[in-house]
Amino acid sequence: MTPAYKAALIEYLYMLADDELLLGHRASEWTGIGPILEADIALSSIAQDEMGHAEVLYGLLEALGEGHPDELAFARDLPYWRNAIFSELPRGDWGFTIVRHYLHDVAEQVRWQALAASSYAPLAQVARKLLVEEKYHLVHSQTWVRKLGNATEESHRRMQAALDRAFPYALGLFEPTELEAVRVSEGIAPAEADLQQQWLNEVVPFLQQAGLHVPAEETAEGWRPTVEPVYGGRQGTHTEYMEQLLDAMQFVYRLEPGAKW
Amino acid sequence: MINEEMVWQALNEVKDPEIPVVSVVEMGLINSVEIEGNHVVVNMTPTFAGCPALHIMRDEICARLAELGAEATVNFVFDPPWTSDRIQESAREKMKTIGLAPPARHGGLIEVDMLGVVACPYCGSDNTNMESPFGTTICRAIYYCHNCKQSFEKFKAL
Repeated sequence: MTPAYKAALIEYLYMLADDELLLGHRASEWTGIGPILEADIALSSIAQDEMGHAEVLYGLLEALGEGHPDELAFARDLPYWRNAIFSELPRGDWGFTIVRHYLHDVAEQVRWQALAASSYAPLAQVARKLLVEEKYHLVHSQTWVRKLGNATEESHRRMQAALDRAFPYALGLFEPTELEAVRVSEGIAPAEADLQQQWLNEVVPFLQQAGLHVPAEETAEGWRPTVEPVYGGRQGTHTEYMEQLLDAMQFVYRLEPGAKW
Repeated sequence: MINEEMVWQALNEVKDPEIPVVSVVEMGLINSVEIEGNHVVVNMTPTFAGCPALHIMRDEICARLAELGAEATVNFVFDPPWTSDRIQESAREKMKTIGLAPPARHGGLIEVDMLGVVACPYCGSDNTNMESPFGTTICRAIYYCHNCKQSFEKFKAL
């Protein structure tokens, strides 16, 4: 493995792992307060899945010399996080939670499918595994999007507001980074722009069918967003929400690093 | 001398803590074992990546193999990945005895199982429907049987 290959791989694994962990953390905030029991259980299970996925991905980083998964999750300072800002936003209402999960779930399907062919074999193996687990998340979020998009005037209004807020941030999942060109040329991962196009072609018609207006227009090359993406997370620029999230998530670990339970 | 047969036999006594009637071998979790002197390496592949029972199973495997005088290392591996098709027939029958419907063999087409007919593990009726794709653990979905009016769980296809 050349140093350039390794650096590009490490940058990418942080992006993947950090998104999984924060989405899982936000999902866990519904435990005990979900709108109905099944929804509560679903979000709690999804939280557990996403945190498990993060642990596996941090394990790949550990094998590359980046430190123990617990340290990476609970002792890393804010500027070193590479999640998209989308993943750190507060959980919001149930509508926002569902919209965020749906947009994330499709992005994961597209990404893991492509990564199943990664030149880095351990990542390709993990991708094939997570792709299947994520199918259950997608079925869940699709069902809710369909249900709430057209149910009542209030549910529609809330879902539309959630989508309007979420969409520019969701585009930030595909933020280009410094080492992307190396990843593409080395076959580690596909270009973010290609993934975004696949993602748009999937989410726009689906959301429209659910009665929602999507800020995108159809062109000869496929769907194009009509709003600016919110970038920054992949470069380590985060919001105040991220500070609050890390304060909550890392609080116990930082009290007594290395404590055994 | 520790041999492979002894190791597999010992592993077959280590149960899945979430399905305590079934062993880690019957669940298809063990990809391979390697023996060098008294050091045993067990390559285990998780059902779900976030399964909280993984670390418990690792400790129990080490403890059981220690009874053979082995010093064991358990690696979590993803090649080949676990799929629910690896659950042995014996385990499928045992699952039903604790009210857990086993997943159908899907040959890689998970969607088919997700939407397919599931027999109630209590009365055998096909008059059931999925209440939620998520249950009490990450590997289970919640179903309801309209024949015996009983809710039950199903181990998800993966």
